[in-house]
Amino acid sequence: MRKIVDTIIEKIIFLCGISSVIFVILIFSFLFIESFVFFKDFSIIKFITGRYWYPDSKLALFGIFSLLVGSFLVTLGACLIAVPISIMTALYISEVASKNVRDILKSLVELMVAIPSVVIGFIGMIVLVPCVKKLFNIPTGLTAFSGSVMLAFMAMPTIVTISEDAIRSVPWQYKEGALALGATKWQTMRWIVLKTARPGIIAATMLGIGRVIGETMTVIMITGNSSRIPHSIFEPVRTMTAVIATEIGETVNGSMHYKALFSIGLVLFLITFLINFVADLFLEKNKNK
Amino acid sequence: MSKIEIKNFNLYYTNFHALKDININIEDRRITTIIGPSGCGKSTLLRSINRINDTIEGVHTTGEINIYDENIYDENTDVDILRRNVGMVFQRPNPFPISIYENVAFGLRVNRISTSRSIISETVEKSLKAVLLWDNIKDRLYKSALSLTLEEQQRLCIARVIAVVPHIILLDEPCSSLDPVAIQKIEELIIQLKDRYTIIIVTHNMQQAARVSNDTAFMLFGKLIEFDKTEKIFTNPSKKETEDYVSGRFG
Repeated sequence: MRKIVDTIIEKIIFLCGISSVIFVILIFSFLFIESFVFFKDFSIIKFITGRYWYPDSKLALFGIFSLLVGSFLVTLGACLIAVPISIMTALYISEVASKNVRDILKSLVELMVAIPSVVIGFIGMIVLVPCVKKLFNIPTGLTAFSGSVMLAFMAMPTIVTISEDAIRSVPWQYKEGALALGATKWQTMRWIVLKTARPGIIAATMLGIGRVIGETMTVIMITGNSSRIPHSIFEPVRTMTAVIATEIGETVNGSMHYKALFSIGLVLFLITFLINFVADLFLEKNKNK
Repeated sequence: MSKIEIKNFNLYYTNFHALKDININIEDRRITTIIGPSGCGKSTLLRSINRINDTIEGVHTTGEINIYDENIYDENTDVDILRRNVGMVFQRPNPFPISIYENVAFGLRVNRISTSRSIISETVEKSLKAVLLWDNIKDRLYKSALSLTLEEQQRLCIARVIAVVPHIILLDEPCSSLDPVAIQKIEELIIQLKDRYTIIIVTHNMQQAARVSNDTAFMLFGKLIEFDKTEKIFTNPSKKETEDYVSGRFG
């Protein structure tokens, strides 16, 4: 009897274990099949490099270049803001702060993950967007920059938590060795701690980017949703995620437009997959040290 | 005048009284070993001399440690300069996970001893020669220091210390993770260094203390029991506890 229970439990655990793999494969094949059909009718090169996204016009155009630029701009901006702040925060938490401060800060940072993206978008809309408009004296505050700022908030917990792990796992002996040679605390952090933890920090950044590039609600609310190629970060943009989310409800099931949205999904999937893969490589490197 | 003068020195880890009223005078250009059973405070005492204990939370001290008549526990002491002058080699070799060359150059760079590439390269070479490592590794200076054997790593750690030209070198059980052949080689190196530096070694190994040192301090339960010429400690100690320990009756 005990043996049977054992075998059954083992099977259940196995099923749960591989289910995530199966889901990923299913999602990928679903996206792939829909996109494949789409690319038979619409050239993949025109899809990627096309400047115009006019899905409803008579001669429908499905160029996602402006959306790619939009996603890229918002993500890049978010990284430029989030990465330095996050690394400094991680250094502060693991190297400088006293134990009490460290515990409080860590839980606060982890709590940031729990803020729903719609709330972040809402706050951005009410507080940040008018500020941006006034501060930079531009016609609208709904810009890529506003999206970057709010998304930086969303990426920070991921980057801080994982960088902090990497920094904390730098062996104590390295730090002691550096201090004993007369290095100051900051020199030790800069040249020994950050250097040793670098693969982990890069992985953290990658995962942060992964989070930002897939974010939808916040960007719909505060980036202006204009699918033109922007000339600067202070212009409205539209991201790939925003297009899918806003348009999927109004398309006819099976139409070209519908399939085009799936193709955007495939592009997004491939980008995040690649980012996560690179992050994994770096995390692995960190472990082998 | 003695070089290191420890006066009424006490150290507490939060509430634990780890060093009790230590008084000791250590002379210039001699090798002094500190022996005693585990937990007697010998490493703690050693780590007080370059204030690396400061990095542990909850440590506080009373009393003085004077190096060349300057109390290093004075509030005006620049700890980074102190640590440059009082080098330390640790129990487990701890080279940084960067190249061999950069390991030695690190101390020169952080202490702003020199920014000239040629002077740094010269010092790196000189330091590695001083620890008899140069010939072995001159072709792989830019390889990771972690690719060296443990003995070579420990030599590298000594080279790293020598490169910043300290007056005093502290060695905290420098041989405890090495094999007998390597131990012998490191001991030879330590004896060679005596002419130029004041050396203090903490060791578990009484034979090692007898082999390498001029003076020996024996500690027990956070107290200094006896401090004298090594020969005297091992052949004719004045305290009963010392005799019991060196004759192997406990410890």
